[in-house]
Amino acid sequence: MMDILKLDKVRKTYGKHVAVDDVSFDMPTGCIFGMLGPNGAGKTSLIRIITTITRADSGVVYLNGEKLGNKHPEQIGYMPEERGLYKKMKVGEHLIYLARLKGLSNKMAKQEIGHWFEKFGIEDWWSKKVEELSKGMQQKIQFISTIIHKPKLLILDEPFSGLDPINTNLIKDEIDELNKNGTSIIFSTHRMEQVEEICEHIVLINAGKNVLQGSVKSVKDQFKKNKFKVHYEGTLPVDVAEHFTITAQNKDAITVQLSAGNNSNDFLQYLLRHGLHIHAFNEILPTLNEIFIRQVGASTNS
Amino acid sequence: MDKLWLIIQREYLTRVKKRSFILATILTPLAIVLFMVVVSFILSYESGEVKHIAVLDQANILNKTIGKDEKNLYFHILDENLDSLKANFSKEKYAGILVIPPITNIDASKHKVYYYREDPLGLDVQGGVVDRIKNKLRDYKIKQLGLDEKNLRSLNFDIEFNPQPITNTKEEITSITTIVAVMIGGAMGTIMYITVFIYGMMVMRSVMEEKVNRIVEVMISSVRPFQLMLGKIIGVGAVGLTQVAIWGLLIPLIYLVVGLFFGLNMEAAPMDMEMANTAIDPEELEGMVVLAMQELSRQNWLMIIPLFVLYFLGGYFLYASLFAAVGSAMGDDLGEGQALTIPITIPVLISFYIMMVAVRSPHSSLAVWSSIFPLFSPIVMPARLAFSPPWWQIGLSIILLLGTAIFMVWLSARIYRVGILMYGKKVTFKEIGKWMFSRG
Repeated sequence: MMDILKLDKVRKTYGKHVAVDDVSFDMPTGCIFGMLGPNGAGKTSLIRIITTITRADSGVVYLNGEKLGNKHPEQIGYMPEERGLYKKMKVGEHLIYLARLKGLSNKMAKQEIGHWFEKFGIEDWWSKKVEELSKGMQQKIQFISTIIHKPKLLILDEPFSGLDPINTNLIKDEIDELNKNGTSIIFSTHRMEQVEEICEHIVLINAGKNVLQGSVKSVKDQFKKNKFKVHYEGTLPVDVAEHFTITAQNKDAITVQLSAGNNSNDFLQYLLRHGLHIHAFNEILPTLNEIFIRQVGASTNS
Repeated sequence: MDKLWLIIQREYLTRVKKRSFILATILTPLAIVLFMVVVSFILSYESGEVKHIAVLDQANILNKTIGKDEKNLYFHILDENLDSLKANFSKEKYAGILVIPPITNIDASKHKVYYYREDPLGLDVQGGVVDRIKNKLRDYKIKQLGLDEKNLRSLNFDIEFNPQPITNTKEEITSITTIVAVMIGGAMGTIMYITVFIYGMMVMRSVMEEKVNRIVEVMISSVRPFQLMLGKIIGVGAVGLTQVAIWGLLIPLIYLVVGLFFGLNMEAAPMDMEMANTAIDPEELEGMVVLAMQELSRQNWLMIIPLFVLYFLGGYFLYASLFAAVGSAMGDDLGEGQALTIPITIPVLISFYIMMVAVRSPHSSLAVWSSIFPLFSPIVMPARLAFSPPWWQIGLSIILLLGTAIFMVWLSARIYRVGILMYGKKVTFKEIGKWMFSRG
């Protein structure tokens, strides 16, 4: 399947400051793609290029295999981190306006808005003014406006910031459902636990550069340290420390770091040979958070 | 194109549907008419108080009459002694005693009269009294000096200044041509000045609001910044045209209705005053009004109105786009950004002052060159249009203005697209200069 998004050496400078420094990555169609990076790493600059808000100084962006152009905004839905609506407009009119700017007909727009209003149980909001709504309610409207035109690529910049847990779950469910229906989603954040929960692929941006990319699994594999944790019953052989490096140990569990020559089977066989009863055997993978901190920290130090 | 149209519609409709717009559009003409009514009422105010004035004609010039009695003002020519009159003053019903002392020197350039009173006379009443005495004294002098009244009357004349074209054109020029042209020019220049300011500022504020409440990033992920800016300028411009058009219809209408309803002869009242002061013969004035009307209808409106619209569009686009650029550069802090508007307001102000000079001397080199210079021409040239400037000047100035307007829209769009995404930085002119040349 063709990649929904492909960046080839995209570069953007503001004066002397290089905001995006030759970033290249591919985003497979239909995935939820985490764009990670510390504050000021260049995520927003990159997103603005993808959403055609600004243009790259050099490099090419392909959307669905086509060079990014003027007709593509209609296929993209973007919810910026800093959100805003016209406060004086009525909710219904506002959504129609934004939907029509994305190429929907008046009739289609009304139909879609009706659908979403029903889904969120907010049918009576149509003629309320935006400023009469609470902040959380405005976020819901903002979300609807972002997806009303059924974008192929949805870009969410810190979508959960400022949302209460109930609305967070609501939006999370919608993201899942959209993704199931084939929408590719870029999820930009610096909150790692959300990425681990939601994303299949990630790209890590730091200081304008793409430092890491791939599926969450492959990234973790790349950074795993051959660590295993065993829950057991019985007595460990006394000389276990001579064969394996123990990184943590308590009454009925032990974590070891295997050296390059050993694999997990060797360790397991060793334990079995000594008559231990194994309850659980896990590979300890690094969390994205650890990888993130390591990568970002490494590049800041260098 | 579709999207530009959507933006124009929104910018227009949200403003026109606002209660404040509807109120301002309807209430402003009402307020103006109310103001005119109140003014004319005040000017035509006559105190209902009846005044009797005792007159002691010691000079013996009155011949028992001081002219017709005015409304509420009666003169009583008495043969009494001033002292006894004064002594009985409180018993009598007179408001005051006017004493005309004997004339000792008929050649004097100043003659004195005395008025003994408790309450002062109103200024206009006093003027009327002085005029009466003056007329009487004049008659007296004519008689005493043995002058011929008929000859004297022939000294009382006016000059009517009649400019005529050198070439033998059909064009008729009357004494009032220049006055009417000044009026038309001044009105058009002022309308231009006000609209550029009001609606230019409206564009600026609106750009700033979009930036501050962050809707702008959502918007420009759907449309080009240029479309958003242009749509806003056109939409607000249409609001301006709507408002001016409604005022143009409503003000005369309300004026008429109010006039009928209250039965106020509103035109007559201020003119009476004028006549009293400048002593213009009412018939002559009527003649002037008719002449002015003829003059107005003789103006080449088919040329003036389209040109006015053209200058309006050029001037509005030029300045509104600059205001948009400044609005995009402003942050949340309005006060800090105010300095950025100065370079725009200064040329507008200067051209307003040049315009006021230009209506007085429309063919001076200041007027000519400023009506060609594109930053001034939208305000100065309309003021000159009624003076039929040469076609080459109009042509050159229109081409320059439209060219500059297009250039300014383009330039402002370059500033705008960078400015609207710039937050939390204090913007300097140097920085704005950099934006013009930065890449999208």
